[in-house]
Order: sequence, then structure tokens, then C-alpha cells
Amino acid sequence: MSVRARLSRRGFAAGLAALGFGGKALAQGFAELGADASGFAAVTPGRRFAFPADHGPHPDHRIEWWYLTANLSDTNGNAYGAQWTLFRQAMQPGPQRDGWANQQIWMGHAAVTRADTHRYSETFARGGVGQAGVDAEPFRAWIDSWQMRGLDPMSAATIAPLQINASGTDFGYALRLDATRPLVLEGDAGYSVKSERGQASYYYSQPFFTANGTLTIDGKSANVSGRAWMDREWSSQPLASDQTGWDWFALHFESGEKLMLYRLRQSRSQPYLTGNWIGANGQSIVLSANSIAMTPTATTEVAGRKLPTHWHIAVRDRNFTIETVPLNPASWMGTSFSYWEGPISFTGTHRGVGYLEMTGY
Amino acid sequence: MKQGLWILAVLLSHWRRHPTQLATLLVGLISATALWSGVQALNQQARTSYDRAAAVFGGTRVAMLVGRDSTFSQKLFVDLRRAGWPVSPVLEGRVRVGGRSLRLLGIEPVTFPAETGTIPSIRTSDLQTFIVPPGEALVAPETLSQVGAAEGATLRTDEGAMLPPLKVQAQLAPGVMVVDVGVAQRILHLPGQLSRLLIGQTRGTRAPLEAIAGDKLRYVAPDAETDLERLTDSFHLNLSAFGLLSFLVGLFIVNSAIGLAFEQRMPMLRTLRACGVSSRMLNGTLLAELMMVALVAGLIGLVCGYLIAAALLPDVASSLQGLYGARIPGELTLTPQWWAAGLAMSAVGTLAAAATSLLKAIRAPVLAMAQPYARQQTQQRWLGWQGLAALAMLVAAIAVLIVGNSLISGFAILAALLLGAALALPVLLGFVLRIGERSARGPLAMWFWADSREQLPGLSLALMALLLALAVNVGVGTMVESFSRTFATWLDGRLAADVYVNARDDAQARDIQTSLRARPEVTAILPSGRAEIEIGGWPVEVLGLADHATYRDRWPLLESAPHAWDDVRSGRAALVSEQLARRLNLRLGGRLDVSTPDGAWSLNIAAIYADYGNPKGQIVVNIDAFTSRFPNLPRTRFGLRVTPDKIAPLIDDMRKTFHLDESRLSDQSTLKAESTQIFNRTFTVTAALNTFTLGVAGVALLTSLLTLSNSRLPYLAPLWAIGLTRRQLAGIELLKTLSIAFFTALLALPLGLLVAWCLIAVVNVRAFGWRLPLHVFPLHLAELLGVAMLASLLAMLVPVARLIRMPPAALIKVFADER
Repeated sequence: MSVRARLSRRGFAAGLAALGFGGKALAQGFAELGADASGFAAVTPGRRFAFPADHGPHPDHRIEWWYLTANLSDTNGNAYGAQWTLFRQAMQPGPQRDGWANQQIWMGHAAVTRADTHRYSETFARGGVGQAGVDAEPFRAWIDSWQMRGLDPMSAATIAPLQINASGTDFGYALRLDATRPLVLEGDAGYSVKSERGQASYYYSQPFFTANGTLTIDGKSANVSGRAWMDREWSSQPLASDQTGWDWFALHFESGEKLMLYRLRQSRSQPYLTGNWIGANGQSIVLSANSIAMTPTATTEVAGRKLPTHWHIAVRDRNFTIETVPLNPASWMGTSFSYWEGPISFTGTHRGVGYLEMTGY
Repeated sequence: MKQGLWILAVLLSHWRRHPTQLATLLVGLISATALWSGVQALNQQARTSYDRAAAVFGGTRVAMLVGRDSTFSQKLFVDLRRAGWPVSPVLEGRVRVGGRSLRLLGIEPVTFPAETGTIPSIRTSDLQTFIVPPGEALVAPETLSQVGAAEGATLRTDEGAMLPPLKVQAQLAPGVMVVDVGVAQRILHLPGQLSRLLIGQTRGTRAPLEAIAGDKLRYVAPDAETDLERLTDSFHLNLSAFGLLSFLVGLFIVNSAIGLAFEQRMPMLRTLRACGVSSRMLNGTLLAELMMVALVAGLIGLVCGYLIAAALLPDVASSLQGLYGARIPGELTLTPQWWAAGLAMSAVGTLAAAATSLLKAIRAPVLAMAQPYARQQTQQRWLGWQGLAALAMLVAAIAVLIVGNSLISGFAILAALLLGAALALPVLLGFVLRIGERSARGPLAMWFWADSREQLPGLSLALMALLLALAVNVGVGTMVESFSRTFATWLDGRLAADVYVNARDDAQARDIQTSLRARPEVTAILPSGRAEIEIGGWPVEVLGLADHATYRDRWPLLESAPHAWDDVRSGRAALVSEQLARRLNLRLGGRLDVSTPDGAWSLNIAAIYADYGNPKGQIVVNIDAFTSRFPNLPRTRFGLRVTPDKIAPLIDDMRKTFHLDESRLSDQSTLKAESTQIFNRTFTVTAALNTFTLGVAGVALLTSLLTLSNSRLPYLAPLWAIGLTRRQLAGIELLKTLSIAFFTALLALPLGLLVAWCLIAVVNVRAFGWRLPLHVFPLHLAELLGVAMLASLLAMLVPVARLIRMPPAALIKVFADER
């Protein structure tokens, strides 16, 4: 596997590595995600989350992201996917410096997917001068002209309603997101373990967004609506050094239930599996690793790599067995640090749509 | 194939028997290729560094936004980014480190547009160490050695600001220091300020510029050519022209050597044909042989060219820096294209020089009797045609002079003039020798003239080379001398004030002026202003000068209307630089429209003044009129008249009190010394190339004489038999050659003056926009005449020595070999 192919799910740290940040760290499994976290705040169990403060940045931790994926369809029933992501990484621990001396680097990724095309764009910014950042209240996350901001009356408990927009040379979108159910704390009350050796992150989600708006590809706009899922995660060293990539699913069932599950591939042992079953009422239950089965059923060659784009997934405890199919198998994010991210649909004991992200291939 | 090799071996055996001929051929080719490719290497080096400089300086290669004032708030950068503009901030300024002035460039690597392309290593180097304090100061290796520091050293500016640790970055232009934009803001004391915004590739939609920045920023479209390239074009054209001249002189030698070799090999070729070698085979092999020679000589020539370029580079670099502020690194880098082009040039040159000989060989009938002296005979016949061709060339030169208007046509005139004169030389010499012959008394004297004329065709190419080299030397020498004489007086007029000040801002300027008014040794404070505008698409500086005797008495006016300075004081008239006047075809009493923030300003042209060496146009107006027309420009510049012995202490005081570095405070003598140095080096390269050309001409003469000396034996042997000693014969030979060379050199002098006139009145005017007064320097001419005679004498030494030492048996053998 090439060094370039090793990256985190969220790609950010690795993206910076490609830009020139600490190239050495690339050899260390998940790039910066597995790097030494000394000087940064540690992730420990039992933290109490407080909103809206936790919607804002946690600069004492090395990395953080605001991650939104949406499964959409237009009035003719054509399916689309949209992605909006803002990453933050601190180059140095310590108190935040003002202006250009600020140690934060921000990266934005935006993408839209249709069955026949996948468009993406990325941008970078330094912290401290206002080109990118996140304010907890009133909520606003931005980089360049891409923005995710709270609309009145915004509720901190649901992080809704939100307005998001992004555009690239040949695509763009503007969506309004609404949610009535509260945020979901993933893992153990927001403490999400990433390996048997204790690497972890703080992780909460809003999987219950409904989305409405317009999506433009090559100058042609479509009115779209659907469902969206936001992940918020921050950590200082979320991954073990031998973890080489991951396969991550966020699934919306037609029944209104949600499932988040992922497989962290490890070079020295069996993959680390975990997931959260989220009831339609927002109740979340952690799935035990040995009840989950994730098996690739078909691969697609994208950008010179073989990617498992079709999956068989089963959760024994829940009598859950599905087959997933990508909307567009070529949903490749050819950004500074590249990965596969795109909408999927699934059938089996349950039906629905979702998002799949695969890194490290 | 095997047959071909054998034929080649037979052909090559000729060179083994005539090593001097081979040497001549090689020397000609090598020197032609060397001088040409050397000049090309210099030009290429300069162009590469313009690219380097342009990209780093945010030159016009990428589109950018610049402020109305020198800097603008960084908030505009953020606002533009937020509105979808893919801009990247740059802050530029100057710092002094260890007494050296460096261009400090603050960039922002995270947003720096990738398509700028020329500082890729900033992207791939450890970006984190570049950004995170203390950061890094990237410099070219040349700069590192200039400031005398090691990599990783942490220096302070002369003002005391701490610089980040130094890091070498080979792609950077010398004299530039690249730091993070935040670091630059701290060092330059410009917090939150930027100089310009580079525009990267568009990503998505963006709002109109005016909606975000109002009129604070101006869009500058990318240009295919950088400013530096435009400005330095003339300089490079000059270099190329002289390179081409050297190439041609080299080809003269090649042509004469190849012609002789083919002539002498005619019997051999005939024999080969008679043995059954097909004409196609023979011609192919001849061609192959030539190409082999061309490639070998071309390769050696390229190596020599590299050495020449390396030797001249420091002078070229300092000329370009002095004239245009272009920084050229001291290390030559050569591309594969350069090698390929050099070899191609050598091959094409060889083919061109051999064309007539090859054609003759190809057309030679198998059974035709080889005629050893056919060449001389045809040469005689050609002489008439040559005279006509020369005349045509001279007519063409005059025609181009009347019709043409570009720099290229200037060089065309020069080329036609030189070529015409070269072609006319044998005709003229033949004429002179015939007169000598007619006036000769006694058999020996008559033989002397007749034999000289007989010898002329064999020597004529070498003499042409000598004529060209000498004429160009006279021309360039006269131009350079004229220039330095004019320049000294001109500089005195232009640098009229004793001390020049450029304060940091208006407030400081007021403070300085207030403090100076209290000092008795300051006899005058002369405020001045400078604005950059465009007239007719050409960059023009507007200078605002105070109305003061300092300028009235000394400003170097070339022509002026009566009361010119009074008209300027009224604000209705301007003085116009010679370049601008020529470019826009302005005449005294004419009008010039200048666009100012205050609207169009129509000015009367009261005088035209000399502004040597300035690549831009310039006009001088009254300072009060200037400030009312350009109200927003900083009023930070002023000159001082100071009692001479108080200048140095005053400058020291001002440095200490107001923290002004050399770019902000300088005295006249320093400026003068700098300018003189710049101009002394401006023509160094041209002069050096000239010397090379003269050397090549000397070699051409030597080789021609060597080649001739063997064929001369049948002519000399009878004289020896009659009773002349070998020493006498040698003396006669020496006298003959020297007198022919002397005539040639004598003809070269007026031709050289004509070349000088052409350079000064045509080429310089078209290349740089100014004209110098032509001075003739008889001593310089005499000196060159001496050099020419010395070169001829040196060239004669070997053949004459050979003749003196020739065993009598060799002379007798001539009669034995007589058919």
C-alpha cells in the first residue's frame, strides 16, 4: 500500500501532510491521527457535553471536524448526495495566538454526487485572521465562502435549523436543515473508543436532519430534499499507530431508525468494529463488536485503486442483514488527501439510504 | 556500409596530411559555436531568473489585486475569500541585513496559488516549520553567502528586528527573503497590512470586486510577458546581435578552410569516382564527414561557450541589476535544449559554410581535370559580382535607415553595412594593389605588388573577418567612450541635491523637515514627488520638483524653450525625458495629456532632457502642481542642499534620530558612485564579446596564412633561385602581409566610426530611447590600429619563421616537382 493511500477517515490530517505538514507522520499509520499527542488535551471517559459551547471549536485538542452528509432526491426522483466538511488541526499545543501566528489550520471539503457524476472541491485556510473558523453562538462554521450557520430560532440541543452552502467550479448547493430530535452521543455517552489500546475521541451526531434546497451541477439547478447526518468529533490522538484506514457507514432506515458503524483496519490484528444503533426516538445503543459482520461483496477500480464499493452487513443482535449499493461507485475525493465518500442505498431486512466513507485504500 | 567507411577513411586521410587545415576548420567552428552559445546561455539564464523573480515577486504572471495605496488592510483579503475570491496575500518591503538591502516577501503558503508554480518547494517543504513561530526565512544560496551566515542562523535586521532562522531555497531569486506574511508584518512594522493579493484558480462563484473592496483594490490582469522581460528585451537583443556577429566571423574561417580542403581534394574525389564509387555514395560520405566535424567541434564549442558565459555572467548580472533591477543568480544552469540548439547551430553553420564547395564537388564531372588553382580563378571572376553585391548591401543599409523604425531594423542596417563593407574589401584592396603595381619601379617591387594581388583571394576571407572585428571594435569602443564622457556631466546635473530623503510616512516627513529647518547647514529643503502613470501604454514616472536654482542651473536639458522653468513653475508645462519624447514623438512646444486622479492634465512641453538608462518614460512638473493633481500620494520625498563639509555628520544624525536606512536616506556621492558603477558595467559584456571577436579574426588570419604558406612555395622558389636569401624572402612576405593588413585596418577605421554612429544614433535610440553625442577618440583609433598590426604580425610569425628555416632542398624540390 502506498504511503499516499494511508489516511484517516476524515482525511484532514493526512491532507495537511500532503500539503507539507509533518510528512514523517504519514509513515505512522493514520497520519497525524496516530501521532504523539503530547501537549494537547487528552480524551477521557465521563466528559459532560455542554451545548451550544461544544458546537464550537476545542482548540486544546489537536484535531476536530464538522461533517455533514446528505442523501437527497429531486422532484423527478433522481438521487443525489452532498457533503460539507470543515476540519481543524492545531500545529502546536498551547494557548491560542492571535493573527497569523495562530496555530490552527482549517480545511474544507465539499462534494455532490449523482449516479453519473461526482464533483468535489477543497480549500485551506489559516486560523486567526477570519478566513475560516467556527463560532458556537450564534452558530457559524465557515471557510472562504462555504458556510454552515444557525437560522433563527436555532436550538442548541438539536443544532437546527441550519443553512449550509458550498460551491466549486462546476457545482454548488444551498440546503436548509431541520431537526426535531436531540443530538446523539456516540459510543459511551460521547466517548468513542477507536482501538483496544484506548485511543478515543469525543463524538456526537445529529442524524435526524431533514434537508431542503437547491443543488447545481454544471449550471443546472434542481430542487432537492432528503435526509442529512452531521458528525462532530474531536480528539488529540484518536487512532492507534497501526490502524491503516477505515470503512464507515451512516445509514438512514425507512423506519426512521439510524445506524452508524465502522470497521478500523489494523495492520497487526483483526479489524476493530463498533457501531451505534439509534432508535427512531433518538435512543442510542452501542453494538458489541462480535455481533457485527461487515463483508465486501464487490470491488470497483477507482483512481487506480480497488475499492470495496458493495457490502454485506449484518448485526446479529438486531436481526439485521443488508446489501449496500453505491449511487455512484466512482465517488472518489481526489483532494490533497484522497478517499472514497458517497451516497449508498441498501436492501435486505431493512431498506434505506446512507453514506459510506472508505479511507486508506 | 563498409564501402562508405572506407571512403570516409580516404576522405579523412586528407586531414591527416593537412593538420593545420583541420585545425583551422575546427577553430572556426569551435569559436563560432562557442560565442553564439555562450551568449545564448547568458540570455537563457537571465530569462529563467526573470521567471523566478516574477513569480516570487507576484509579477504579472498571475492575476492580482493591488491597492490604491502602497498597502491595504488584511480585512480585504478575508472579505474577498469569504466572497469566493481565491486570493492569497503578499506583503513586500525591504530590510537591511548586515548592511545589505534585501527584498522581504511575506507570503501565505496555505492559500498560495499552486499555478504560480515557481516556489513549489515552499509547498512541499515542512510547511509547519515555515508557519509556526519562529518560522523560517527562505533565501537563495547566493543571498546566504552574501549576508555571510550559515543555514539555520538567526539574524537581526540592521534596525534590530529578529528574523526567523535562515533556510536555503535554491529556486529563489537572489536578494529576496521569503517569510510568512505574519512574520513580514512584524518585521516591517505593518500589522494587518498587505501589499497585494495573488489570484489563484477560480473555485465556484465570486462576488464582483467592487461589491467587496469598493475602489480600494485594482485588478491587474496576468501578462504573458513580465515587466522585466519587456524592459530587458533590448539588452538581450544587443547581446544576441553581437553573438550572431561572432558566429558569422567564425563561419568566415570555416568557409575558407572547407573551400580549400575541397579544392585540394578534387583529384582525390575524381580518383574515387573513377574507382567506381557512386556519386551518391561519395556525396553522402562527404556530408557525413562534415557533420562529424560539425558535431565534434560543436561539442567543444559548447563547452567553451559555457566557459565564456560563466566568465561573463557576473558582468551581465550586474548590468541587468543596475539597469533594470533584475537579479540574476551567479550559477549557470543549462538546459538540454541549449545543448541541442548549439549543436544544431554548429551543423547548420557548417552546411552553410560548405554549401558552395559541396555543390561544386557534387557537380564535378568524373573526367574533368582537377584544377588546383581553379579557386583563385573563380574568385577573380567573382570579384566583380562581389563588388556589385557590396554595393547592393550598402544601398539596402541606407534604404532600411530611411524606411525602418524598429530595433531589428537598426541591427539590419548594421548587418548590411558590415556585410557590404566586408564584400567590398577585396575589391578595394585589389584596386589599391593595382595602383601600387602601376607606380612600382624595378622588378622586385613590381613582383611585390603583383604577388600581393595574386595572394589576395586566399587571404580575403581572413581579411574580411579582420575588417569586421576591427570595425565593430572601433564602433563599440567609440560608443562606450562617448557614453562615459557624457554620463559624468549628465549625472552631475541629475543628482543636484546633496542628500535624498524618503520618509516612512507623511508625519515622519514633517518631523524631519521641522528638525532640519533648525539646522543652519541645511541651505534648502526641496520637496519632491513621484507618481507612476501610463501614457500610451508605457510606464511613465511623473516627478514633481521644487522650483529652485539647484535644478534650474543643472538639470541636463537637451533642448528647451525660453523661460522653460518659469512655465514649469506655473504648473502648465512639463519637462519631458528624451525616451518619452522619442517614443511618443513629442516636440518642444507640443502638448502632453497626463491622466491624474484629479482628471486629465494637459501640459505644454517646455524642454526635453536626457534621462540615460531609465527604461521608463519620465516627465518633470512643478511640485505644487504635482501635489494638487496627485493629492493622495505620500509626501515623503525631499532633497536637501547642505554645506559640503556638514553632509556626513548630518546623515549620521538623521540615521540615528529617525531610523532611516539607506533606501530612505542617501547622499549624492554614494548615489553617483553606484550609478557610475552600473554604467561602467553596462557595456562590459559588449566590449568583452568584441575582444573575443577580434581574437577570432586574428586566428582566422593566422590559419589563412598557414594554409597559404604551403601553396606559396612554387611562387617563392624562383625568387630564391634568382638569388634572394630566405631571410630576404621572409622579409618581403612579412611586409606584404602587413601592408595588406594595414590597408584593411585603415579601411576599418572609417567603417568603425560609421558603426559607432549607427549604434549611437540608430540602435541605442531604438533600444533604449536615448541618443548620445558622438565623440571621436583618435588615440583609441591609433591604439586599435596598433592592435591590428600586432595581431597580423603575430599571425605571420609562424609562417615567416618556417620560411627562414626552410631547408634549401625543399625549395629545390619545387622545381623537381614542376610538371
